[in-house]
Amino acid sequence: MDTTTVYKPGKGLTDRKLSYCPGCTHGIIHKLVGEVLEEKNLIDNAIGVASVGCSVMSYEFFNCDMHQAAHGRAPAVATGAKRVREDKTVFTYQGDGDLASIGLAEIVHAAHRGENITVIFVNNAIYGMTGGQMAPTTLIGQKTTTSPFGREKAQAGEPLRISELLATVPGATYLERVSVHDPKHVKKAKKAIEKAFEVQEKKQGFSLIEFISTCPVQWGIQPYEATRWAVDNMIPYFPLGVFKDARGGETDE
Amino acid sequence: MNDSERLVIAGFGGQGVMLMGQILAQAATNENLETVWIPSYGPESRGGTANCFVTISKTEINAPVVTQSDTLIAMNQPSLEKFESKVKTGGRVLVNASLVKDHTFREDIEVFNIPVNDIALELGNLKVANMIMLGAYIGASKVFKPEALETVFKQKFTGNKAKLLDLNKQALLRGMKEVS
Amino acid sequence: MAKVLMKGNEAMALAAIKGGCDAFFGYPITPQNELPEYLSKHMKENGRVFVQAESEVAAINMVYGAGGSGARVLTSSSSPGIALKQEGISYLAGSEVPCVIINVMRGGPGLGGIQPAQSDYMQITRGGGNGDYHTLAFAPENLQETVDIIKESFTLADEYRNPVMIAADGLLGQMMEPVDLERSSNVKEAPLKPWAATGESGKRGHRNKIVSLFLDPNDLEDHNLKLQKKYNRMIDEQQRFEMIHTEDAEIVFVAYGSMARIARSAIETLREKGIKVGMIRPISIWPFPEKAFENLPKSVHTLLTLEMSLGQMIEDVKIVNQGRYKLDFFGRTGGVVPEPEEIVEKVLAMKEGAN
Repeated sequence: MDTTTVYKPGKGLTDRKLSYCPGCTHGIIHKLVGEVLEEKNLIDNAIGVASVGCSVMSYEFFNCDMHQAAHGRAPAVATGAKRVREDKTVFTYQGDGDLASIGLAEIVHAAHRGENITVIFVNNAIYGMTGGQMAPTTLIGQKTTTSPFGREKAQAGEPLRISELLATVPGATYLERVSVHDPKHVKKAKKAIEKAFEVQEKKQGFSLIEFISTCPVQWGIQPYEATRWAVDNMIPYFPLGVFKDARGGETDE
Repeated sequence: MNDSERLVIAGFGGQGVMLMGQILAQAATNENLETVWIPSYGPESRGGTANCFVTISKTEINAPVVTQSDTLIAMNQPSLEKFESKVKTGGRVLVNASLVKDHTFREDIEVFNIPVNDIALELGNLKVANMIMLGAYIGASKVFKPEALETVFKQKFTGNKAKLLDLNKQALLRGMKEVS
Repeated sequence: MAKVLMKGNEAMALAAIKGGCDAFFGYPITPQNELPEYLSKHMKENGRVFVQAESEVAAINMVYGAGGSGARVLTSSSSPGIALKQEGISYLAGSEVPCVIINVMRGGPGLGGIQPAQSDYMQITRGGGNGDYHTLAFAPENLQETVDIIKESFTLADEYRNPVMIAADGLLGQMMEPVDLERSSNVKEAPLKPWAATGESGKRGHRNKIVSLFLDPNDLEDHNLKLQKKYNRMIDEQQRFEMIHTEDAEIVFVAYGSMARIARSAIETLREKGIKVGMIRPISIWPFPEKAFENLPKSVHTLLTLEMSLGQMIEDVKIVNQGRYKLDFFGRTGGVVPEPEEIVEKVLAMKEGAN
């Protein structure tokens, strides 16, 4: 029987089976980042920095040299790597507990210095790996294992919007929030990743792409419901779009 | 000079006491002597009292902090009060007599009262009071010849500070004269 | 080469450049500030990397990134700042990333003070971070020795693929002394680092990972056993010490760094009085120089540990002593630098007590 290859994995990712739960969008995001690195011919000369959380194992998945950073410190590790390997493509891959909580100082200051690195930021409004605790990005009313009555503003404040926050930092060059809940948005997200790595290639400084992501296991709902929940609840609070574009010259759209 | 000379140089921040010590340490380095310079550091060096310890020695220097000094240079009253008791019997104290009046000194030490602020004003620049005192010190101690310090001046006062060279030399020699 | 008069912190910075340091990452803290200040100018002039990080935590992680990507890297700080770096040091040791860390110690605990102290012996030799790891640690007593050791430490860090800590203190950092920066020291060119994450997986044909995570307990134990072998090699190869007048000594001081230097003056005074004292001066504090205690003469009856702390190294002296000699201790702390006369008095009081 003749076979036609309609899809084969690229060389941006390794052969390792992903460790992510069903319905989680880390897999899609990994695939997109891997594709962009391969298509732009960057993968053989890239240095990635894995963070702590669900994506801690990402150093086994991206098919390039990788560092595994302490919780929140990926932007500092990436700074060190990029400063001594200026001609390499350096990126971090971080979740919202890692980046928006314990690593807030590192991400703000990496942006502030205009480090020529790319940050992939995956926001699923919860701590996945440690068992579903409240994150700085957890929505008001959202129940987690450390906000069992739902997040209350008076007790825990309102969720932190990272892209908007970083947009106020003079050193940041390109910031965009995307989602991967349907094919149309997946395509758009890939475009955003391409732009972010182009910023780095052109030595234009700091770029970050924030992904609205899902965590069906810790949210306690089915994968298809999780996608719906993200669209209905997260996107209204974390609107999609470009929050900073200081690339200069020609901009698209 | 004996085998070693240990000094405490103290005054207000801004009187140039750190520089005095550094000039002596540099002169010692130039002559292949052993030397250690230690500053007081921290908040007190921002306008309060400042002091440094200098040891100059023909042999290896062990304990770097001067606890028993051969010489105390006191550029103001509080410095004299703080460090006079640490001078060895038979040691010498050089005092800025423009700022220290009516002090009863220990009797077992040699005292040189030099009104360095007044002399500096005579020379037209209060800032060289420290160099006048340095001149008095080498005049009294004979640890270095004036040429040795002039060599250091040439190392230190370069670029747009080179214009200060003559005034500092003049101050040094004037200080020496005060104790001759 | 003629000696030049330099401030300790600046001499340490220049020694790092001479030792082949490619990159520096640090954060201001007294009393080590002249070190990064000097490097902010001279690293740039030498085409090397200088970054003032947003915190000590970030600085040590920049060290991790740069060292893991193959560069020779330095950070410097003082006691409370070193405490903040401990997480990163544990990662560096766990991932076997070489680097040099200079600790210009000050008084503690907490914010403590800014005057010289030896407050961090435990922090340095026990490792403030998590896990079974060690950093090679040297405690020089004067600027020449400090400069020589810092130059060599980049080579040692590469050889062992391990962090090297320099235990200096506020005195060494702030003092000026003539130093010969060119004096020969075991400085080698950086070796090839086939393990480093240099961003050359294509050229190399395989990926490199800088990782300290091993989720399978058996894998993690194996990793630890491998590290332990390396630490044992360091214990064999890197015990450094100086024996001073121990040949006929009855009382032997054990002191390192600035305290050893002060003790030298006390030894002179006591010897003039006919009291037979000597000193073991650990130069490496990890590994602790146990070999120094092996062949002491029969005349020795007491080991007097001297520290600018209230007794940290004395625990190692107790371990190595195994009950052989009487032990005594003298220390000042909080930034108080003891006078040699205090040590003399301590010894005289010991003699009095014995009689």
